[in-house]
Amino acid sequence: MAKGVKPRVKVPKSAAAGDVVTIKTLISHKMESGQRKDKEGNIIPRSIINRFTCDFVGASQSGNVIDVQLSGAISTNPYFEFEAKVPESGEFKFTWYDDDGSVYETAKSITVA
Amino acid sequence: MRRKAFATAALVALGLAGPLSADPVDDKLIVNGETELVTHTKAPDYIDGLDEIWSGWAFRAAETRAIEADDFDNPGMIFVEDAEAVWNRVEGGAGKSCASCHGDPSSMKGVRTVMPKYNEKAGDLWSLEDYINDCRVNRMQAEAWGWNDKDMVNMTALISVQSRGMPMNVAIDGPAKPYWEKGREMYYTRTGQLELSCANCHEDHYGDMIRADHLSQGQINGFPTYRLKNAKLNSIHARFKGCVRDTRAATYKPGSPEFHALELYVASRGNGLSVEGVAVRN
Amino acid sequence: MTISRREALLVGAGGLVAGAAVALPLPVMAAAEDAIAAFTGGAEMAEGGITLDAPEIAENGNTVPVGFDAPGAVEVAIFALGNPNPEVAVFKFGPMAGSQSAKTRIRLAKTQDVVAVAKMADGSFASARRAVKVTIGGCGG
Repeated sequence: MAKGVKPRVKVPKSAAAGDVVTIKTLISHKMESGQRKDKEGNIIPRSIINRFTCDFVGASQSGNVIDVQLSGAISTNPYFEFEAKVPESGEFKFTWYDDDGSVYETAKSITVA
Repeated sequence: MRRKAFATAALVALGLAGPLSADPVDDKLIVNGETELVTHTKAPDYIDGLDEIWSGWAFRAAETRAIEADDFDNPGMIFVEDAEAVWNRVEGGAGKSCASCHGDPSSMKGVRTVMPKYNEKAGDLWSLEDYINDCRVNRMQAEAWGWNDKDMVNMTALISVQSRGMPMNVAIDGPAKPYWEKGREMYYTRTGQLELSCANCHEDHYGDMIRADHLSQGQINGFPTYRLKNAKLNSIHARFKGCVRDTRAATYKPGSPEFHALELYVASRGNGLSVEGVAVRN
Repeated sequence: MTISRREALLVGAGGLVAGAAVALPLPVMAAAEDAIAAFTGGAEMAEGGITLDAPEIAENGNTVPVGFDAPGAVEVAIFALGNPNPEVAVFKFGPMAGSQSAKTRIRLAKTQDVVAVAKMADGSFASARRAVKVTIGGCGG
């Protein structure tokens, strides 16, 4: 697992049923592009987050919000902002997949009053 | 006029186009929609060369300014979170963490506004980094951090955030005075093959374009700063070093007496601007 | 006015740079065209149906904020036509997506066009293009 990788997500704590909410995510990761060379002139191998997903999981309705395939052209500390439907109370699950096989996960619950 | 011709050549070399100029943006910096920061105010009366002072924020593009206005969007806050963990981490022979003595990081409120300051006990001018290392070595019996170690820069950020919105207010009189005078001397002294002083760019030409870059006043109230360029937090002294190197001079070391003095003088030029607590710059 | 050796050298260097810029061939976009074709299967792309936001001038090519909005799209791919690898990202939208829009931050190696291509639910494609100038800072700092 790459060192010091920490996911951050921002999701509203509550919403009305059927609302669309804005979600922001940021994960600390150097996103080594595979384009750079070290001091000896050798290519530094690519080491990036190559996929990011967000899914909604509720009692009666669940499904994918967004599924992103990343390349080395995504900046250090990958940032995504997007919108999701909130049909009912539930949880947003976030998953980042690292080139080195590591998987980073976090989740945020949202309450529909 | 040999000297002047050289200076002009140096500015040309840096691509400083005379007629091109773009004023700083008179916009409001409100962080998280709640904390308004002072990014533009009257210059302190002991600064002869400026009437108004501007945070470097006002010289950046709209997209960069927007990133600083929201703590979630600001990648610098990742490093502040890292420092929070380190704040609570027990290290060294005394079995203490920062929290053991200081409690919550919010106890550091106001500290950043007066840095650097004269330390009576040491009989010297101390930057925030010196205070942190004093704690680490003498109270925690842990190893000192290097000036630009990740943990050090991150910790200065965590401490700076506690003073967000408070005005910079370094003391320049009393025992600090000789340091301030030395710093002022450095600020106006041309150095390097390009024979440039700090003032040539940041006092005489702020607002102008240096190649495609918008020259700021070189204020340090926003430091440590997250730079898009290297995607990490950068210390004040590291930035000084970069600047001096760009004049093609042999630079001083981060943590050197020279950079301490310069830090005090440059900080005093920004007295009245808000501590930004992790600025975002290009 | 007498021109010093130093000034003459500088002017000369400036001339060389300008000359090089003129002499450079137009960027060959073959790799980018191939990458876009791989996404669309070579299908025609309509203008409209997708908007792309990107700064006209990026302060640093390392972190360029971009965003798109493609109502009704099932997938959106972003390409940076002047990067060594033109593929930037592919966004797939699921049933719980609140819109077919997103924002991210990307790396641009130089001044170039950024293209967003949307694959619509009916299998058609739409694209939007923005030119982004990537500035070379005055100070390496």
